[in-house]
Amino acid sequence: MRFSALKVLTQGLTGNRGWREHWRDPEPAEAYDIVIIGGGGHGLSTAYYLAKEHGLKRIAVLEKGYIGGGNIGRNTTIVRANYFLPGNSEFYSHSLKLWEGLEADLNYNVMHSQRGQIALFHSDGQRDAAIRRANSILNQGDDAELLSVAQLRKMVPYLDYNQGRFPIYGGLLQRRAGTARHDAVAWGYARGADRLGVDLIQNCEVTGIDIAQGVVRGVQTSRGAISAKKVAMVVAGRSSQVAAMAGMRLPIESHVLQAFVTEGLKPCIDHVISFGMGHFYISQSDKGGLVFGGDLDMYSSYAARGNLPMVEHVAEAGMTLMPMIGKARMLRSWGGIMDMTPDGSPIIDKTHIEGLYLNAGWCYGGFKAVPASGHCFAHLLAADRPHAAAARFRLDRFRGGSGLMDEEGTGAQHNLH
Amino acid sequence: MRIECPLCGMRDRREFYYSGHATALARPAPDAGAEVWDDYLHNRENPAGITEDLWHHEFGCGAWLVVRRDTVSHAVLSARLVKGDQL
Repeated sequence: MRFSALKVLTQGLTGNRGWREHWRDPEPAEAYDIVIIGGGGHGLSTAYYLAKEHGLKRIAVLEKGYIGGGNIGRNTTIVRANYFLPGNSEFYSHSLKLWEGLEADLNYNVMHSQRGQIALFHSDGQRDAAIRRANSILNQGDDAELLSVAQLRKMVPYLDYNQGRFPIYGGLLQRRAGTARHDAVAWGYARGADRLGVDLIQNCEVTGIDIAQGVVRGVQTSRGAISAKKVAMVVAGRSSQVAAMAGMRLPIESHVLQAFVTEGLKPCIDHVISFGMGHFYISQSDKGGLVFGGDLDMYSSYAARGNLPMVEHVAEAGMTLMPMIGKARMLRSWGGIMDMTPDGSPIIDKTHIEGLYLNAGWCYGGFKAVPASGHCFAHLLAADRPHAAAARFRLDRFRGGSGLMDEEGTGAQHNLH
Repeated sequence: MRIECPLCGMRDRREFYYSGHATALARPAPDAGAEVWDDYLHNRENPAGITEDLWHHEFGCGAWLVVRRDTVSHAVLSARLVKGDQL
């Protein structure tokens, strides 16, 4: 079933009775060529590109819960490509280009909205750093514009420009950045993969990884054993537990990151605004809710909910930046579990076990990476060598210290990102 | 979240600085080799459940604590002083 304006019109006129489920609910087969553990955004996009770009057929995605129930549905939906360091820079550039063609590619409305992201700065030194970052983004072939205070005041008049602690000196704008509907991204990729023959198996928890003589043979699941030539672990948020089934210890600590949404309001915030000094960022959803978040709670956690000190901190930062939001009522808050790596950058790599592959460590930036992560991971799985855009996401970079991607410049050490 | 400091009693989480898994106390010998040091510095058990990690009572007595905690429920089970010879 293809979606089109005509289809929406005719279905609307006939009581919407002709819509069918978007993907099948198959029983797991005994064997697959590739088993993907994790039916989140990254796992689904991996499956989609394996089938679409590499023509592979016998693929299963195993999801312990339901499609769209993990971190893909627990983020703040921001899409951007404004990274600085080689490695991240070309990867997120690749991802943004995939985003721009995603709806046409999937025939699915993921509500990708390139409303622009503004990163604020508050000193002469920060302005210099923003100019340097802008030049690096331009060099990677993407867009970046430096905004003066006068330009900013026109675009976002509601900020408190003269507050004492962090007076606003300007902003770095990326017009092609924006947001997307996170659930629709999961559904679009799930539907796309299913149409290409991928088995999406929900309520199927992997309980063991079968390895013999250093070669992966398949997985044990809550729905029986499944043999596979290749097994891909794509379970950011639970990476350490799944990797432990293969006897691996990963350079990952799990942390909780909170996000918040207010009641629905009339359109008032037209961009994504990042207030880095206050660890605060905000955008407005199409339903009208202000969606915002802050920093990690800063202790290891799998609780999927945070503690009050960070709620207080985020609320204070929001009020400091844009006092008008104090009138809005907070509707709900939630927490997502982040795979934090020592340098704050992800991992897409083979493991030391033949046929076992790892996609992990997305820290707090996994959503924007969904298309390129799947695209590059599919390439690695199919061709057995890294895609050029993800060539630096090596698992062993911490051992030698070469090729670290520490965007914040705080050191490749746990608990600093 | 509150942590019971052995010196100060029950205190708010805000008074403490989190400093990662208590595995940091098991420092390898200087000549243990690159593989052991890599594992010590970077790789983690990262348990979903009971863990032990290091907290610094920064805005209190300044003591370093080993806190036993549940990462799934956020329950704090116990806290003890890091012995001087371990730091």
